[in-house]
Amino acid sequence: MPVKDYIRERFFPHMWCPGCGHGIVMNALIRAIEDLGLSKNEIVMVSGIGCSSRISGYLDFHTLHTLHGRALAFATGVKMGLPGLNIIVPMGDGDALAIGGNHFIHAARRNIEMTAIIMNNRIYGMTGGQYSPLSGYGTLATTAPYTNIDYDFDVVELSIAAGATFVARATTYHVQQMIDVLKKAILHEGFSVVEILSQCPTYFGRKNKMGSAVEMMAYYRDHTTPLGSKAKKENPDLIERGIFVQKERPEYCREYDKIIERAKTKGK
Amino acid sequence: MAKAKLKEHRIQTDWCKGCGICVAFCPKSVLELNAQDKVSVVRPQDCICCRLCELRCPDLAIEVVAEPEVSE
Ligand SMILES: Cc1ncc(C[n+]2csc(CCOP(=O)(O)OP(=O)(O)O)c2C)c(N)n1
Ligand code: SF4
Ligand code: SF4
Ligand code: SF4
Repeated sequence: MPVKDYIRERFFPHMWCPGCGHGIVMNALIRAIEDLGLSKNEIVMVSGIGCSSRISGYLDFHTLHTLHGRALAFATGVKMGLPGLNIIVPMGDGDALAIGGNHFIHAARRNIEMTAIIMNNRIYGMTGGQYSPLSGYGTLATTAPYTNIDYDFDVVELSIAAGATFVARATTYHVQQMIDVLKKAILHEGFSVVEILSQCPTYFGRKNKMGSAVEMMAYYRDHTTPLGSKAKKENPDLIERGIFVQKERPEYCREYDKIIERAKTKGK
Repeated sequence: MAKAKLKEHRIQTDWCKGCGICVAFCPKSVLELNAQDKVSVVRPQDCICCRLCELRCPDLAIEVVAEPEVSE
């Protein structure tokens, strides 16, 4: 199906800044869904609030644009009610791990089948460049004019520790890898997390003198490496990309079905 | 195997924001930004139809259309 069949063309050109990585995530997600041959009708996209969360307005699936940090809570409700649907939850790093951090760890712990995409630009883009739990030590933000003293989460380690059964990382430079991991994440029967390093040239880039969108993507190219590469052993500062965890554990909705059965037989 | 041959780049000019991502990362330097800061195809003969420009465009503004494949 042509790309234009997956979008709501009347809202284009979209509101993201020139070179914003979130557009590349949207682009890759469309390709992943197209490759998988999923029908638009079986997909529910649930998002919260943020530049990243605006993605649900642009894509022509069943979409819910909800509250900041609460996308996973709404998504859990949808999935419990209609477990046959394919749930995709794109979130900003602030949305997912600051205000929404609690929902995030518990959704992972339950292993409810859905795909959480963390569009990590290390900043609050929508509200003007405040630091987020992903900004990291030593970075600059409107709320950290003398540098940030908070350390950042490692999204991959956090997700694994919380119980996610599929955990991957990609960047907006590595589009083919991004499409590939998104496809696997969507097919995975459990809670999937895909962290995507996504540039915000307007705030994170400008505050931290990282240059244009192109230069920020070149940074992803030069400072990341495939998981388990030799380069990582030589330069431990490189950020690894790839699939970190892909394992089976009973899925929440299927477990809940068993509870319903148990209650029925007991009730007789 | 037959190589993909370029038919054309379809550009949605009013969606292009001139970020230059497609230009910078094209492996064959096929693209440039014009005076209006919109993408333009300056060396179509060098295009290898890798589609990286299309996949990396944040604005869905560029599409690579290949000639229908003919086996040699
Ligand atoms: C309950 C609530 N608190 C605060 C806000 C203000 N707010 C809107 S978006 C946002 C953060 C956006 O950052 P992020 O989630 O990282 O996404 P980005 O815009 O960077 O893509 C905040 C704090 C809000 N809308 N609702
Ligand atoms: S402020 Fe940042 S995150 Fe928001 S649209 Fe602009 S570049 Fe993207
Ligand atoms: S990547 Fe897209 S928006 Fe950016 S210059 Fe190229 S066509 Fe225009
Ligand atoms: S398809 Fe590949 S070679 Fe052709 S213009 Fe796009 S990036 Fe360049």
